[in-house]
Amino acid sequence: MCAMSSSRNLSEAYGQAEYVRKAYRNSFSDQIVADIYGNAEQITKHVLSSKGRHRIGFDQIIDNLVTSKWFGYPLMILLLVGVFWITIEGANIPSGLLASVLFAFQDQLTLGFQWLGAPDWVHGVLVLGVYRTLAWVVSVMLPPMAIFFPLFTLLEDSGYLPRIAFNLDHIFKKAKACGKQSLTMCMGFGCNAAGVTSCRIIDSPRERLIAILTNNFVPCNGRFPTLIAITSIFIGGAIASYSGIINALVISGMILLGIAVTLTVSWLLSITILKGEPSSLVLELPSYRRPKIGAVIYRSVIDRTLFVLRRAIIIAAPAGAVIWILANIYIGELSILSTVAHTLNPLGKLIGLDGFILMAFILGLPANEIVMPILIMSYLSTGSLQDFASLEELRNVLVSNGWTWLTAVNVMLFSLLHWPCATTLLTTYKETGSKKWTFLSFLIPTLIGFSACFILTQVVRMLGLA
Amino acid sequence: MKNAERINSLSDLSLGSACQIVSLELSGLLRRRILDLGIVPGTLIRSIRRGPSGDPTAYLVRGTLIALRSEDASQILVRKLSNGEECV
Amino acid sequence: MILSAEKKSLLWQNYFGVTIRNDQLSIALAGNPNVGKSTIFNALTGLHQHTGNWPGKTVNNAHGSYQYQKKPFLIVDLPGTYSLLAHTVEEQIARDFLCFANPDVTVVVLDATSLERNLNLALQVFEITPNVIVCLNLMDEAKKKNLVIDVPSLERELGVPVVATAARQGKGLEELREKILQVATGLLQPTPRQIKYSSDVESALKELLPLVENITNNSLSPRWIALRLLDGDQSFLESLSNFLDIDQVSFQDWEESKCAQ
Repeated sequence: MCAMSSSRNLSEAYGQAEYVRKAYRNSFSDQIVADIYGNAEQITKHVLSSKGRHRIGFDQIIDNLVTSKWFGYPLMILLLVGVFWITIEGANIPSGLLASVLFAFQDQLTLGFQWLGAPDWVHGVLVLGVYRTLAWVVSVMLPPMAIFFPLFTLLEDSGYLPRIAFNLDHIFKKAKACGKQSLTMCMGFGCNAAGVTSCRIIDSPRERLIAILTNNFVPCNGRFPTLIAITSIFIGGAIASYSGIINALVISGMILLGIAVTLTVSWLLSITILKGEPSSLVLELPSYRRPKIGAVIYRSVIDRTLFVLRRAIIIAAPAGAVIWILANIYIGELSILSTVAHTLNPLGKLIGLDGFILMAFILGLPANEIVMPILIMSYLSTGSLQDFASLEELRNVLVSNGWTWLTAVNVMLFSLLHWPCATTLLTTYKETGSKKWTFLSFLIPTLIGFSACFILTQVVRMLGLA
Repeated sequence: MKNAERINSLSDLSLGSACQIVSLELSGLLRRRILDLGIVPGTLIRSIRRGPSGDPTAYLVRGTLIALRSEDASQILVRKLSNGEECV
Repeated sequence: MILSAEKKSLLWQNYFGVTIRNDQLSIALAGNPNVGKSTIFNALTGLHQHTGNWPGKTVNNAHGSYQYQKKPFLIVDLPGTYSLLAHTVEEQIARDFLCFANPDVTVVVLDATSLERNLNLALQVFEITPNVIVCLNLMDEAKKKNLVIDVPSLERELGVPVVATAARQGKGLEELREKILQVATGLLQPTPRQIKYSSDVESALKELLPLVENITNNSLSPRWIALRLLDGDQSFLESLSNFLDIDQVSFQDWEESKCAQ
């Protein structure tokens, strides 16, 4: 009985409250918040004492440097280059080691299959398809991730990331976006899907959408090993003694380009379909904390590296099998793979790629990690080269398939700017709840990726540079 | 006590000096956000540092650093502290 | 809400996306962002965690379970918020959970290095539920900053158990588990300090209190409802009438079953 009438009671009370609120000269809501803080202040006064005078001394010293007029930006760039330099240099040796071990094991597998008398196609699908793709994914992807993720988690735990947002906010303000977008971009380095989810930290729905739609312009962990491999082969490799630092500079340059595209697209979105004044920034700058090494390793290895690697393997294994089958079923003169590649070739050539590269990017939609393995598989299945274990041999594979430095730059550009992977698209759909925005998040980078490669290729060809 | 009652906006506060919040001329979500962080009338606040390009500014409020853009800070009215008033 | 165990587990499942067994004692974990709430959550639950979203919201929902002194616990990690006055989705979720899910214990995690601001949230929680434990985390950081907090006198001021922790070092967690058990089983009954408002607010409250006293059969503090009415907080009123309806249904079920007998 009592509960039955409670809704009526509630609306009665609400009417009375409205009357009381209107009769009051100030705002009750403000007074309530101020009073709560008044109580908190009193309690704090009774229980808190401070031994030294300088309460934020250590933070002050670091912040003076990290957010300073002269060192703020150079330091950020230095950190970016530094992180990639350590990643590239550090990944080099384990990558080579893993490759030689895994590919040596492939020969053992082949012997085993022969001993068992397995049919050729079984050996083809399982060893040349599934195993070889997996070996590639593991040897190319694992070392950079296992180095990058702990470094990134270290930065995250130390409290440095909010300072990036603090330093960059005024640039984002010019693009009519929010400085916290830079934090979501940082998360995007790990994984764009995680980056899109992290856009929840942006309060204004307009600015959050901008951040979601542009997150893909930060190369994720599935993509920067591709960038690293290609720079190492074509650019850093040219100047042997400083290759590590040059590769790091090239990668950092690509990332700066990605940031420039992000800002431009953010600005374009805010003056067209996502119009509105930049709203505001309320950013807490937490104290610096010494990261706990154990927690950093646990989080970066278990939550990130193994998680991403698992996803890549789950997608790479069937993809490897499918590629091998497509490469070995012939329609007339050509395998299905070659037929598709030849169909795509004119479009590929127009933007300085080729049919195989474009096909690898399309087949890489489920996960960017498998783009390079698919590409190499495709080249290998059609050419004469069957095995390789080093970047030098890889270079030969690519060059014998007509790669020039322009192809390399275009592949890097396209990798940076092309459509998001399926997981990211799905996450975008979940976060926005809208097919329209999800489609736009696919369309915008796709158009930009194609145009950037097209313009570069045409200009270079016109100038006769390649 | 001469200058004690002069009302300024928070964005005019010179770096390193402290003042007391008088009122918030902001509205909507931003107003509530700022109130919830403890920037309420009567609160002592000190400007600590500016971003490399002069904006935003980080303020020390109740022991934490909060960064605000100058547009938003200009909507927060403050009064200067007279000599001898407690500092943050 | 005072609900039977089955009703509670249904409510938790449908409105909060959390599966709770009848024998589990429930804990809500509240706190500002960046106070090490998830470190504490991880330390308590280990690998027994479920993560997902709150039903219909794009906000992370993490809950997990653990055993202590042979008692099973379910702990729900609420979104990190500065307040419960519901200006954001996160605050709305945290507030609704505390008001309507009726957890056995609420642990409020505070950052010892910015006590004043963190108390803002704690004091708000005190208004909703008496079964609160304050976990004063980041004591190690506070020490580095030369901040000294008199924990026994904070305990007296607040009227609830205060456990000082440095969760990243694993310090104080055993005491936290123990205090949670004591409050959950009723061995310890906190009497949290209630906020004293300025006279304008208090007299307005006095005017409204008689009108709201009967609304929820005292399962939710009338003072809190009156405060939200003064606040003009639409989202709370929506949630309240929403959950009142559920309560009403359960009430009707009960009346019907009585008739049948």
